[in-house]
Amino acid sequence: MVGVYVLLTTALVLVLVPLIYILASSFSSPQAVSSGRVFLWPVDPTLRGYEVALSNSAILRGFANSVFYTVAGAAISVTLTVMIAYPLSTPDLWGRKVITKLVVFTMLFAGGIIPTYLVVQALGLLDTRGALLLPQAIGVWQVIIAVAFLRASIPDELLEAAQLDGASDLRILFTVVLPLAKPLIAVIALMYGIAQWNSYFDALLYLRDADLAPLQIVLRNILILNTSGGSTDAAAMMERQQLANLLKYSLIVIATVPLLLVYPFVARYFTKGILVGAVKG
Amino acid sequence: MTPLRPGAVTRAAGTEVRGRSAARRSFRRHWQLYLMLAVPLLWFVVFKYVPMVNAVIAFKQYSVVDGIWGSDWVGLANFQRFFDNPVFGRIVTNTFVLSVYAVLAGFPIPIILALAINEVRLKFFARTVQLVTYAPFFISTVIIVSMTILILSPRIGLLSDVFGFFGMDQPNVLGDPDAFRHVYVWTDVWQTAGYSAVIYLAALAGIDPTLYEAARVDGANRLQKIMAVDLPGIAPTAVVILILGVGNVMSLGFEKAFLLQNPLNLSQSEVIATYTYKVGLINADFSLASAVGLFNSAINLVLLVSVNRVAKRVTGSGLW
Repeated sequence: MVGVYVLLTTALVLVLVPLIYILASSFSSPQAVSSGRVFLWPVDPTLRGYEVALSNSAILRGFANSVFYTVAGAAISVTLTVMIAYPLSTPDLWGRKVITKLVVFTMLFAGGIIPTYLVVQALGLLDTRGALLLPQAIGVWQVIIAVAFLRASIPDELLEAAQLDGASDLRILFTVVLPLAKPLIAVIALMYGIAQWNSYFDALLYLRDADLAPLQIVLRNILILNTSGGSTDAAAMMERQQLANLLKYSLIVIATVPLLLVYPFVARYFTKGILVGAVKG
Repeated sequence: MTPLRPGAVTRAAGTEVRGRSAARRSFRRHWQLYLMLAVPLLWFVVFKYVPMVNAVIAFKQYSVVDGIWGSDWVGLANFQRFFDNPVFGRIVTNTFVLSVYAVLAGFPIPIILALAINEVRLKFFARTVQLVTYAPFFISTVIIVSMTILILSPRIGLLSDVFGFFGMDQPNVLGDPDAFRHVYVWTDVWQTAGYSAVIYLAALAGIDPTLYEAARVDGANRLQKIMAVDLPGIAPTAVVILILGVGNVMSLGFEKAFLLQNPLNLSQSEVIATYTYKVGLINADFSLASAVGLFNSAINLVLLVSVNRVAKRVTGSGLW
């Protein structure tokens, strides 16, 4: 029993220490960060890093773009997912099995990066916001979860009663199914939203225009490629270098906190959603 | 005289009619659903099936002017070019080793974590561990890689503090090609173990309580209970997760490898996906890149199908 507590405490420490280190660094002075003096508590506390981050126009634009992609992307994805999952969860829909197979097959085999790129190009989506919203709009995993949820949690008797009352399929969807499917909608909206917020690969492939870039691309440029921009005035080099280091920590916090704030509220739904998928997947 | 066999004929015709009339009835009854389905199905055709057809450019000498269908067929020449390239052996090995390592390290840890959380009697502690270990799953790949770089950076990072504490100098982890795999895999474990554990916890919660009763009556201790009840209870879930992991072996995430790459570790960090991106979009050799991608997809499919078959034979459960 003691072993179990030791094990779990170790896991807790291993996960928490890097997070606390980043948080502590983000509130420390540029000099302390650059000389590696920060461990788990801020040294010479200051908000300098956040001031710099929040006065950078590229970061703010990236943030605004990402909010748009996340909200619009989740809305489109959830709509399309319900549009395919609701029919596929109807037992007497002719051709249901074949369609399900065709959908699941795309999980096993894909055309690849370049053939997909050619489609996006042919549709004229290159360098438009559509390129980030449409090609990834439907996730097969989410469709599977949605179908399993609708099957399992909407009572057949309810649907039959609605049918006997003469309700059309659309009417049943809006008045019976959707109100009962709120947890499902929350889960898949969250899954799609997080995927959009965190994705950068599509932007790398399809966007050249910096004005359309999502936050993750801006982050990559600053955090990994070290191109924070600005002139290279020798006198200010030292200070700028130190600020650039500090900026990285603050940026990580800024980009992560929105998700971590949402997460405790939806964690319960989220877990349920994964479970439906895992059990029926 | 050979007897007529009208029975067979009519029966076949009968099912034909029945099938067709069932379809017609279904169409009439559910026309709204079919209308609704048309939109997402069109999406699947455009963004999933057309690319599969487009993949024929792997067998062509693609030219922008002539388009996909106007370009000349070159048979397997693009594949030959890939196989003959000195880089071929290296990137296939890198992809394979990295993925197998990720599966082997990533598979048992969430199970151990879930079993441990399940044993804890202090509910508050169990919930805290779960909530905290689950959180990194929400952090983006870009951020994970940035954190990794900052923490491992030789002079100012967290790791150098740890080494300094023991009076040692920290090696330059990011510049060491041999360290790349460990960094890749263990940051992955750090990020996803808590998330995967949730699935196992659910499977554990679903175990029939009478089995625990029986184990207690038989005088099983904690470890025996885990071996006899817990592990068999989560085995089907574990098989599904293992198969999915193996199925992804060759489609190893482009995102993280690409971000962690630097000129120093390229000999171990170049994987099929990053190579495809560079050949296809940076060198604009669409045909070669498609051939590489197709080679990758094909291996992936074969792996998934065979692992599923083995799993079904051994454990009786599989993905399909």
